Amino acid sequence: MAEFSLPANSRVQTGVTYSAPKDSGSTRSFKVYRYDPDTEENPRIDTYEIDLDDCGPMVLDALIKIKNETDTTLTFRRSCREGICGSCAMNIDGTNTLACLKPIDEVSGDVKIYPLPHMEVIKDLVPDLSTAYAQLESIEPWLKTKTPPPPDTERRQSVEERAKLDGMWECVLCFSCSTSCPSYWWNGDRYLGPAILLQAYRWIADSRDEYTGERLDNLEDPFRLYRCHTIMNCTKTCPKGLNPAKAIAEIKKMMVVRQ
Amino acid sequence: MTDNTMKTHLARVRGLGSAKEGSHHWWMQRLTAIALIPLTVWFAISIIGIVGADHAAVVNWFSSPVISIFMILFVSTMVYHSTLGVQVVIEDYIHKERWKFGLLIALKFLGITLGVVAVFSILKLAL
Repeated sequence: MAEFSLPANSRVQTGVTYSAPKDSGSTRSFKVYRYDPDTEENPRIDTYEIDLDDCGPMVLDALIKIKNETDTTLTFRRSCREGICGSCAMNIDGTNTLACLKPIDEVSGDVKIYPLPHMEVIKDLVPDLSTAYAQLESIEPWLKTKTPPPPDTERRQSVEERAKLDGMWECVLCFSCSTSCPSYWWNGDRYLGPAILLQAYRWIADSRDEYTGERLDNLEDPFRLYRCHTIMNCTKTCPKGLNPAKAIAEIKKMMVVRQ
Repeated sequence: MTDNTMKTHLARVRGLGSAKEGSHHWWMQRLTAIALIPLTVWFAISIIGIVGADHAAVVNWFSSPVISIFMILFVSTMVYHSTLGVQVVIEDYIHKERWKFGLLIALKFLGITLGVVAVFSILKLAL
């Protein structure tokens, strides 16, 4: 059965509170999920009070400030701090998003920060994405052709054909969508999830690719594709404003068209 | 993945390969849903129309070929549609393979039995 309650060693406990300096202006509490695999302890929520007058505008700025000034053990992924690398995906204020694109002032009250839902946690805000990456590999996200490339030019594509890839190439593979999807929570070992299906459709829709049929064959499966029940959390949560649900619907349409 | 295995992540994801099915199930679920819109409206209106009628009147009502044909269409479409739907619920939530397999078999038997019983009952009234 799907599990509806957390196992005993996953129950979250109250952690440490780090107060802001006395001379702080406007302060805000950041409640952050902490889990250290090196100890036997349960996960806990630590509270960090931050002086917003001395902090950048985004949630990622606050996390970096905490790590630099308050608690160096806080662990999270980040790189580009401008929404293009997809590293800092996490659950902020109940919604999966990129910490670097989430302004602190969009959150009312305490800022609650958890790792991406229903993934195994490596440490603190770092989820294990090994299965998701293997799922990406399984759809072979590269151009596949029988025809050799033209010797003296690129593979041609009309303006309209290129336009079909808009809304898909922008995906940064942060997995905010997949980890917001209940179907992916319950069946993430077999269901590919919205992030991977968007990537799959990006290659199915590419006019230069010659393996469309094989790609559809690979997806035609009650679990790989059809666990999508159009819940739409994926599209709602995407920090890049993309629409994975539409890509999945296009794949389902093609499955019927080819019958 | 907590299974005690040394398989690579890719080997586990690729698993037994694509089942090469699923689109028929999806398409039939949509087609039956569309068919059920007018059939359910017709069914509701018809049932309201015979509320309070005595046994003889209901038997007489069923003896109309149009009525009984629509009843058979409604009942068989509904049984088919709900069987497809419950199948998805089982696949979503039951993760013990034996239980899932057993329940899917039981569901198919139940669906077919319900359909046959319903159609037989309608025909018995109609003919």
